[in-house]
Parts: sequence; structure tokens; C-alpha cells
Amino acid sequence: MEGNLNMIGYGLAAVGPGVGIGLIFAAYINGVARQPEAQGRLQTIAILGFALAEALAIIGIALAFVL
Amino acid sequence: MSFTLSAVTPLAEESFTPPGPGDFNLPPVGPDNTFQFLGETMYAGVTKPMLQIVLTAALVFWFFYAASKKQAMVPGRLQYAGEGAYGFVRNSMGRDIIGSAEFMRFVPYLVSLFFFILLNNLFATLPFIQFPTFSRSGMVYGLALLSWVIYNAAGIKKHGFIGYLKLQTVPAGIRGPLLILLVPLEAMSNLLVRPVTLALRLFANMLAGHLLLILFALGGEYLLVHGAALVKPVGIVAWLLFVAISFLEILIQFLQAYVFVLLNAMYISGALADEH
Repeated sequence: MEGNLNMIGYGLAAVGPGVGIGLIFAAYINGVARQPEAQGRLQTIAILGFALAEALAIIGIALAFVL
Repeated sequence: MSFTLSAVTPLAEESFTPPGPGDFNLPPVGPDNTFQFLGETMYAGVTKPMLQIVLTAALVFWFFYAASKKQAMVPGRLQYAGEGAYGFVRNSMGRDIIGSAEFMRFVPYLVSLFFFILLNNLFATLPFIQFPTFSRSGMVYGLALLSWVIYNAAGIKKHGFIGYLKLQTVPAGIRGPLLILLVPLEAMSNLLVRPVTLALRLFANMLAGHLLLILFALGGEYLLVHGAALVKPVGIVAWLLFVAISFLEILIQFLQAYVFVLLNAMYISGALADEH
């Protein structure tokens, strides 16, 4: 089996953003469950937080290909 | 760094070559003019993503032109769809984020940007096209550069050059020697890293998603055709997963267009914000 150790490194690096995105959406679901009328406001914030956490994973995959 | 694991013997005589980023280097449409540059083979010609980007621009223009041509009091089906699409971007990204005072100036840019990116992303799934335009990084850097120019220009126009730099680099409520540490960090994050992450997010999502689909399609085909008898059913499972992931990809394509425009609106609103 041939492969690239970079990808294993990327898999490890993706754990962090994975946990982060999970926490963000957990908080979002909690917030909507407590106050359903706040969904519109919370959704924007949740997706923004998701995008920022995901940026780390994206930088990781870019580096995994580059290095 | 590469490693080889010889304990796993190949199932058949023909070995499986996994897809890589090289699969996205499409040959040009029409005459094939290649030249060598820095040891790489470069194409001089029109490629498929170039055609797609022009097609998208034409389609988005045609859709909104046709939807707004006959402005009836009781909207027809096309006008209703056009108004819904326009209203979605204007309300959820323009008004709610930039604020009701100044958002109308930026709505045309945000609406056209959103549908331009959305259609280009959907091309990854549309039959007969099936290539995400933004899996080529050059296409995305152009968009990110345009966004960078627009939000900085909006901020400089409102606050003046010095005032805008102060707004973006000096965090509110902080005085003294801590500023020496924070000002370079804020300048880097707000002025340099933003366009790069904006571009990389869209590009890497489209590339990785499409790579995953290629992997499942090719891997399923390899298992089904070249695999041993017991492994063959796994190929069918891989193809079923391919269909499932395609639906996930459609969601991601929409989400990435949304996030790109949402972040644009956030940056514009940050550049226009009053000093604290």
C-alpha cells in the first residue's frame, strides 16, 4: 500500500476543527431549543463560526498538498 | 514523505491509482498549445472552467434580466422566483449584516456574487458538466481579490485612509504597550489573511469534495471490475455512497456560496463600522 504521510497528518489536524464545528452546532441547537424565535439571528452566527473553524481544516488540506 | 506497506498484496494484476489534484488539470478545448514554464507544462488556450465561468455569468444575467423585464403587480412564476432569490440575499445577507442605513449600495454586488458562485458550484453536480469551476484556484483568487478591493475601498471612502487603518488595526479599548503586540496581529488578520482564507475556503471545499466523488467512483469501479469475487459487492456499496455524498456535496455547494457572500457582507460591515 502506497500513500502519503501528509494525509495522516492532515487527518490528525482535522480533529481540532471537527471538535470545534461540533461544539458550534451543539451550542446553536441548544440556543434554538431554548429560544426558537432567535433562530434567524443564531443561524448567521453559527454559520459564521462554522466558516471560521473550518478555515483551519482548509489551511491544513492546502498544506497537506503543498508540503 | 511517502511510505510503502508491502504486507497488503494487491488483489489483481492491475494496481489502483488513486485520484489526485492532477486530475483537475483539464486539457484545453480546441487547439492544444503547450509550453514549458519553470519545468511545468502550461496550456495556452481556453479550458473548460473558463467556458463555465462565462456561461455562468451569461446565465445569471439572463435569469435576472428575464425575471425583472415584466414587472407585474401580480408576479408570474419567473418574476416570483427572481424576487425570492433577490430578496433572500438582500434580507439575510445585506440588511441583517451591513445594516439598514448603507446596505443598498452593496446589494447588487452581493446578489450577483452569490448566484455566480452558486451556479459555478452546482456545475460540479450538473450532468454533462460535472466540474466545479472553483476547484481551479486561479478562478477563486480573482473573486477574493475583488472582494478585498471592495471592502477596503468602502472603508477608506468612509473613514479616510488613516482612519480606516486605525479602525482595522487598533482594537477598541486597548492602550499602552499591548498595542505593539496587537496592531501587527490585527493588521495581518484583517488586511492580509482575510482574502486568502476567503479564497482557500471555497477552492479547497470544491477541490476536496470533487476529489472524494472521483475516489468513490473510481474505487467502486476498480473493486467491481478488478476485485476478487468476495470484494465485488463492496464496489456497489461504494457507488451507493457516491450517490449519498453527491447530495452532501449539493448542500456544501450551497453553503459555501452562502458563506462566501456572508463573509463579504461581514467584512463590508466591519469596514463601515463607526469607531468605538
